[in-house]
Amino acid sequence: MEVIFVLIGISLAMAGGFLWLFFKAMKGGQFDDQHTPAMRILFERKTHKKHTTNKKTPKNTK
Amino acid sequence: MNDIRHVFELDAEVTCRQMENTSTPVKQPAQISCYHCGERCEEEILHHEGKDFCCAGCKTVYDVLSENDLCDYYDLSDAPGSNRRKENTRTNRFDYLDDTEVRDKLVDYQDEKQIHVTFYVPLIHCASCIWLLENLHRLHEGVVDSRVNFMEKKVQIRFLKAEIGLKELVALMAGIGYEPRINLSDMVQQKNHSVDRKLVYQLAVAGFCFGNMMFFSLPEYFSEAELLGQGFRELFRYLNVVLALPVFFYSASDYYRNAWYSLKNRSIGMEVPIVLGIVTLFTFSLYEIFLAGQEGYLDTLGGLLFFLLLGKLYQQKTFDTLSFDRDYTSYFPIGVSKLTQNTEQVIPLTKVQVGDRIRVRNEELVPADSVLLDEVATIDYSFVTGEEVPVLVKKGALVYAGGRQKGAAIQLLVQKSPSQGYLTDLWNNEAFSKNEQEDSLASLATRISGKFTFTVLLIAFGALSYWSFYDFSMGIRAFTAVLIITCPCALAMSTPFTLGNVMRIFGKRGFYLKNTQVIEKLAGLDTLVFDKTGTLTSPSKARVHYQGESLSEETRAVVKALVNHSIHPLSNRINRWLGSVPAVELEQVEEIPGKGLRAVYKSQSLVLGSASFAGMKASPQARSAGNEVHLVIEGVHLGTFYIESGIRQGMEEMIPALATNYSLHLLSGDQDHEKTELEKKLGTALRMHFQQSPKDKLNQIQQLREGGHRVLMVGDGLNDAGALKAGHVGIAVTENISHFSPASDAILDGEKLRHLPAYLDFAKLGRKIIKSSFGLSFTYNALGIYFAVQGLVSPVFCAILMPASSISVVLFTTLATNYFARRKGMNEKTELRWK
Repeated sequence: MEVIFVLIGISLAMAGGFLWLFFKAMKGGQFDDQHTPAMRILFERKTHKKHTTNKKTPKNTK
Repeated sequence: MNDIRHVFELDAEVTCRQMENTSTPVKQPAQISCYHCGERCEEEILHHEGKDFCCAGCKTVYDVLSENDLCDYYDLSDAPGSNRRKENTRTNRFDYLDDTEVRDKLVDYQDEKQIHVTFYVPLIHCASCIWLLENLHRLHEGVVDSRVNFMEKKVQIRFLKAEIGLKELVALMAGIGYEPRINLSDMVQQKNHSVDRKLVYQLAVAGFCFGNMMFFSLPEYFSEAELLGQGFRELFRYLNVVLALPVFFYSASDYYRNAWYSLKNRSIGMEVPIVLGIVTLFTFSLYEIFLAGQEGYLDTLGGLLFFLLLGKLYQQKTFDTLSFDRDYTSYFPIGVSKLTQNTEQVIPLTKVQVGDRIRVRNEELVPADSVLLDEVATIDYSFVTGEEVPVLVKKGALVYAGGRQKGAAIQLLVQKSPSQGYLTDLWNNEAFSKNEQEDSLASLATRISGKFTFTVLLIAFGALSYWSFYDFSMGIRAFTAVLIITCPCALAMSTPFTLGNVMRIFGKRGFYLKNTQVIEKLAGLDTLVFDKTGTLTSPSKARVHYQGESLSEETRAVVKALVNHSIHPLSNRINRWLGSVPAVELEQVEEIPGKGLRAVYKSQSLVLGSASFAGMKASPQARSAGNEVHLVIEGVHLGTFYIESGIRQGMEEMIPALATNYSLHLLSGDQDHEKTELEKKLGTALRMHFQQSPKDKLNQIQQLREGGHRVLMVGDGLNDAGALKAGHVGIAVTENISHFSPASDAILDGEKLRHLPAYLDFAKLGRKIIKSSFGLSFTYNALGIYFAVQGLVSPVFCAILMPASSISVVLFTTLATNYFARRKGMNEKTELRWK
């Protein structure tokens, strides 16, 4: 049963680690703007695709 | 200058509507829309690289982007640009940014090499905007990087001092159609960048400790089962003590401070009984663990703090995109054109001095009270007084700050420094110096907690003295048990969760509150005061009646051509009323400001304007339906246009509906010529006061307050700013939520004003829900006290009862508010309008 002492230590350390990570993310401003990154990731990919394919002239708007 | 965009958008809307209304069934040749801005090309079409542009401005932007290989901009969204036809192209207008004082106040951070600056760019509306603004470094190598916050419409830019200056950067952005909006408030106000994250940290700590403490307390819950040996038990108890320390000393710290403040103010807020409970729980648990060798209630303490902080966070919902505390500085530009000898120089407004000669162009704001040096000026004071018809000012007369010049550029001689003008004087009123008004509408929870604390202490001491006769230690147990069990966790949580939820429901409905206290204030109102122009009436809903000889096609075309020459609002309305009639060519068109228009068509003289201008006596039958515009051709009076300010949709039903429960007032800066018309439409319950200056409005509200009324002010412009502040609640009505609105407690979408009775009812309902959840938590407390006074409270009992009561109260309030919201039809889909 003594192994429980070790397990408790590990579990506390892990939970504490996650708490620390959360604090770090919060300080880094990761949760400040929750909207723009969602849009940013979309056009990053689009730009990338465009570079691989040949440049075609953008089609005219309706 | 700030509202120029607003005006333009309105204009654009108007033109759009005209075109929709008159689209004839005959198939027109396919409309060509601009590749850059997407608007239809009407006046000219520029073909360039196989694309069509509506104006040179749009084409220039395209050229800039295509040169720099940034044409992805056009792929991300269709025609993402802004129309450039009316763009201000004066090159020196950013000169004030060269001023070091201005620059130091605008930037966030600077060192020898780099500058960080955050701009508000109102035009950000789509993915293309983000993409282009974040690729600014490809346009100019001086830009290190840029990041857009879409919701706040802000872009943060880091750039190299040596490569590009602030002025060049702003000019670069303006050049591609994303001109930052820089106002006086950006300089005056302290930049507040540190977001308050303390509550989240406290909550995270409490959650972490709570979870682990429950884990370690598990053996205690099943103490009969003897899962583990004595050694583990002791270890777990000490671990719980260690975990409870951050909860007690960090997570709960705000409660101690607030309780101390409220005791210092000789009142008992909700914090006092909470702190009483927390401290008793903690000390008694320490005593049990270290001295009595028992398990203590530390897990309950962790859970209590976790739920309390969760409620606090839920209540803190803010609408990032809205600002509730704007004053005149948010409207005033920083740059002012100062004239010295014959050169023009753009200087910051803060450096304008009495005696300076300044130039104000079309659609620009007069920044300080000054004397007119030119012959005439047409000043639109709608900003200040609410009167929407521009005023004619003659040479030598005083022009007040906040007026907007319509027409040719004028020269002014500054008489007062910008901070002491007629308009800005309003902000020196004492109503603005009070920070948050302390008033009779204190929250329910605060009122109840005093009595609550007193009762709890009474019962606790009663139990102590009763048991002391038999067994003193039992008495202490009962005493602490009462304090622990009655810790008003559920009580304290019912208010934030109910109000937070009501606020979210309002937000979905286009009614944005500054904070949750506003709801409780809304529930206790008895007097409603409305502004007229822009609030009850909406300029775009104006109706035109024509009386006189019927207009032939040709006459219509002539009138159309006449009003096309004028920017006067009455001309605009007649123009809209006429629809899309092809205009004819006129000769010798002349606009006499404040009077009317004169022209010659096919050698016939035309006059369109006021009665005196058209050579008539003031109309005898006086329809008093608003403004009159007379049409005279060759000296013959053909007819009269009657223009009334259009009443917003639904007002005719709303006002009588409100009249049954509230006393209603109307304050208007306008003349009283519409009084009878308004009475006919809105009923006589609405008491009307006309020709109210901004100060008069403020005084009216203060008088009502002194008469013991609880007043709601609904207004829209800066002229209502004082009244909005003076009322118990001030609601700013705006046509577009992302536009400017004066400082207020709440911002309401103009289209949703007709739902005001429903909002007020719902606020009252919220109060009822809070009351009934109080009832629920009192029941729990009574149950707890019943066991506590008998000394029967065990840690397991606490660990179950306290979270259960909290969660059930939260569930009750959330379900109840949502249920009633649905029944009242308050749950609509979220509407977000950009642009």
